Amino acid sequence: MSVKFTKDHEWVKVDGDEATVGITAYAADQLGDVVFVELPDVGKSFEPGDEMAVVESVKAASEVYAPVSGEVVAVNDVLEGEPQKVNESADGDGWFVKLKLSDKSQLDGLMDEAAYKAHIS
Amino acid sequence: MPDTGTNDMTEILQTPLHDLHVELGAKMTPFAGYDMPLQYEGIMAEHNHTRQSAGLFDVSHMGQAHYTGDEAALEKLITADLAALKPGEQKYTLLLNDEGGIRDDLMVSRPFGEDGLYIVVNAATKAADFAHMASNTAGVGELRIIEDRALIALQGPAAADVFGALLPAAAEMVFMQCGVFDLEGVELYVSRSGYTGEDGYEISIPAANAEAVARKILGDDRAKPIGLGARDSLRLEAGLCLYGHDMDENRTPVEATLMWAIAKPRRERLDFPGAARVMQMFADKPARKRIGFTMSGAPAREGAEIVKDGKTIGVVTSGGFGPTIGGPVGMAYVDLEYAVADTEFEILLRGKARPAKVTKMPFVEHRFYRG
Repeated sequence: MSVKFTKDHEWVKVDGDEATVGITAYAADQLGDVVFVELPDVGKSFEPGDEMAVVESVKAASEVYAPVSGEVVAVNDVLEGEPQKVNESADGDGWFVKLKLSDKSQLDGLMDEAAYKAHIS
Repeated sequence: MPDTGTNDMTEILQTPLHDLHVELGAKMTPFAGYDMPLQYEGIMAEHNHTRQSAGLFDVSHMGQAHYTGDEAALEKLITADLAALKPGEQKYTLLLNDEGGIRDDLMVSRPFGEDGLYIVVNAATKAADFAHMASNTAGVGELRIIEDRALIALQGPAAADVFGALLPAAAEMVFMQCGVFDLEGVELYVSRSGYTGEDGYEISIPAANAEAVARKILGDDRAKPIGLGARDSLRLEAGLCLYGHDMDENRTPVEATLMWAIAKPRRERLDFPGAARVMQMFADKPARKRIGFTMSGAPAREGAEIVKDGKTIGVVTSGGFGPTIGGPVGMAYVDLEYAVADTEFEILLRGKARPAKVTKMPFVEHRFYRG
């Protein structure tokens, strides 16, 4: 399983032709306490850069963009009742959506972990 | 890094507690020209700590001044009854323009016995406020801007125990009392007031001693440093207006539901700025007025449009998550017919209409100490 990153601080974990998407621990820390997450409906399709979800912290609202093209096959309903999971486990239990990838080659345009670390340092 | 596209040469100011904020690990942010602490451990934790124990805020960016001389000349600009303000008392008042629009909200008090008034105004408006006060009292009064003092606030149910342990006389004060006290040779101006809805104090300290006093307070485990983020969520839950957002020059005290801040004799004498217009609007009822609202889900933020049956009826002026309430809270101006508790309407968030309803303020009960 490979993990890729966007410059907008989303992570993408690829497993076959499915990808799990969330925001990075760095992004969650910058946002502060997350109090609400608005997730898309299952079945919705996105192109790279489309606004896919919204995360609200005490401070402000931030958009989460689709890192790659795909159709939503699952969303993390747990975040509805426990949005703080995004802070507690940004790259684990705090995932946002699972996408069925429509063009895996798009992953090549994303950063690997080393490049992302350089991006935020 | 965001590119602001400007080449702002204005130097950002620091308060006397700046080094302490950095040492305590604050995330700093520019606010009203100052580099201020946004948060330390996190807004939610800081908010809850203030409600449960005691929070220490640096509000040194606010404007402090000492006014002496003809008080009638100063009183003409504001809404307080200065003749009724006794030594040791503080009042919340409004600085109005000639149309009755709100230039600022401020505290005026007599901590110095008979020696004039102590004034605290908002940071973003202090230059304009003080220029306005000085020019309108020129020749008959003197406004001395205090630039060599820090201002801190200690707020929360443990504030009186924490500060009282250092200064026993402070524990004897009640809400909106003020005075000058000596703390181990340091002269403090203290008032029992604040901006969180909790019991607590605002404490003016000579700049050179500010860090030592702050460290003494923080030496008590019940007190923690609190940033501007939690200051905003605390005041919002307490239903307290933020100048420039919940009221401004285009709003009168009638619309802002701050008529209680106009002293009764001033209303009767019609001698505050814009009195004729304000009292006419009070009699006729305003077209819109300030209300509080609650909702579930995502919090509505400032600027969000309020609709009812497809028509725009208002706008959100402050909004966010209220950690004590456990949900979104906000303030808005709505058409008068909807400014009634429990009235339901919708707020447009990213194009979607979200249900919300008018809710009585404060959202969290005030816990001021009245003796």
